[in-house]
Amino acid sequence: MASNSPQIPNIAELMDKIKSGKIFSEIAKEITGSQIWTSSFRHGYADTPRNRVLQIASNVWLHLHPVKIQRHALRIKFTWCMGGITFLLFLSTVVTGVILMFYYRPVGEYAYYDMKYLQYDVPFGMLMRNMHRWAAHAMVITVWLHMFRVFLTGSYKPPREFNWVIGVFLVTFTLLLSFTGYLLPWDQLAMWAVTVGTNMARATPFLGNEGPFAEFVGATPRYDVRALLIGGSVVGPPALLRFYVLHCIFIPLIAGALMIVHFWRIRKDGGISGPL
Amino acid sequence: MAQMAAAPKKKVEGLGGEKLHVWPYLVRLEFLCALLVIIALTVWSIVIDAPLEEAANPTKTPNPSKAPWYFLGLQDILVYFDPWFAGVVAPVLIIVGLMLIPYLDVNPKGNGYYTYHERKTAIWVYSFGFLVLWIALIIMGVFLRGPGWNLFMPWQYWDPHKVVALVNVDLPYAFGVRTYNGAMLFGGAVIIGYFAVGTAIYFFMERKALKSVGFLRMFLKIELFLIMMGIVIKIVLRLGFNIKYVWVTPWFNI
Repeated sequence: MASNSPQIPNIAELMDKIKSGKIFSEIAKEITGSQIWTSSFRHGYADTPRNRVLQIASNVWLHLHPVKIQRHALRIKFTWCMGGITFLLFLSTVVTGVILMFYYRPVGEYAYYDMKYLQYDVPFGMLMRNMHRWAAHAMVITVWLHMFRVFLTGSYKPPREFNWVIGVFLVTFTLLLSFTGYLLPWDQLAMWAVTVGTNMARATPFLGNEGPFAEFVGATPRYDVRALLIGGSVVGPPALLRFYVLHCIFIPLIAGALMIVHFWRIRKDGGISGPL
Repeated sequence: MAQMAAAPKKKVEGLGGEKLHVWPYLVRLEFLCALLVIIALTVWSIVIDAPLEEAANPTKTPNPSKAPWYFLGLQDILVYFDPWFAGVVAPVLIIVGLMLIPYLDVNPKGNGYYTYHERKTAIWVYSFGFLVLWIALIIMGVFLRGPGWNLFMPWQYWDPHKVVALVNVDLPYAFGVRTYNGAMLFGGAVIIGYFAVGTAIYFFMERKALKSVGFLRMFLKIELFLIMMGIVIKIVLRLGFNIKYVWVTPWFNI
């Protein structure tokens, strides 16, 4: 009976533990030895070569990396860091974009006033919008610079030809993401920039109503490739809805899938390029 | 990487050398880089607000109406080409051309390091296309194109009523061809001749490479290059000689 009753700690002993700091290591031991801890973390944190490898190999977020890397690949002078920054900016637009989606309705009557609401009434709404827009613009620049760097280092050469092609798709989708987002504020800047841009589709050979050889196909202003893109013959509410869906769902999914391939291929093609 | 240019054949940091652990050496770099970018983005977003103009109004066309800035290079070549080329064919050619680069550039040197001497032509062509035809035209489109898509210097007032004399003529007209069919034949001869002569000169100069590089590769390479330089030639013809079209046909004009 007496052995089952809770042990009353000796006050003097406890004070000793606290004063000497021993209590912290005991608590730490208690925590890191617990089932919750050991099931969550797969290896120790001590800076040993084994843990350095495990830190990458056993972590879902970091295992995109190889566990070891050439020294030159760490040089900012070599990579300009542009691919990684582009990805980071993409993630920023995803996070801020989802927040914006809570407040924004892609409807002709509401869109512009939701923008005003976001800017003036939603806490941090203006900041979210700014971050979304500037990250998108910055992403366009960094993806171009990344491409320029890859060209200058000849990194598209064998065995990385295929990944360069994926990269060109990604540049294109970056521009399309930015372009479809450009319409969503539904202000004068948005509407006319997208009008100028989509008017080009009218001139598509064969498929646009003003393009060469359109008469052989029977393309009309209401029935051509531009009408398909904007859901009518002018940039109106149907265009807004289409661009919204393209911007928030369609293109991010495709770009995301291509990013997976792009990153995977870097590893499969022998890691970051370097002198052979 | 400067020493790379001086001693191109030397393996300065060849594979098989010392490798470093990604944790911590790369991850800490990525973390720092991400931190800096996020800080910069946040500060930028606090300081500068994204633009929001008045509500969209289909009855009120602003002058100038500009595409998003990253497309202004394409919008600018609309001055020199019809929309089917500037707005559709040119972008498609840019994308396809970029994708073809690894398959057209068979120079084995310069793979994975910076070098100018081992691949001068490739670097010149790409840099010209990117920095001049893409970036410079964007800068011009953003800052120098005003109402009516006219050129304005930064210190000039954007006068919407600026009068620009339209004295452009077609190339066949400038050479004294006055009939419609004659002009069509003349223009066609000029365009086809340009590509034929350019291709022939290239194949003659690179005749030794034909076997190792292959006909299709060389053909695509020179055609893409001739199209790119054709854009430059057209810009010069318009700005320097007031030439509007080179080739006028019932279906398309170039």
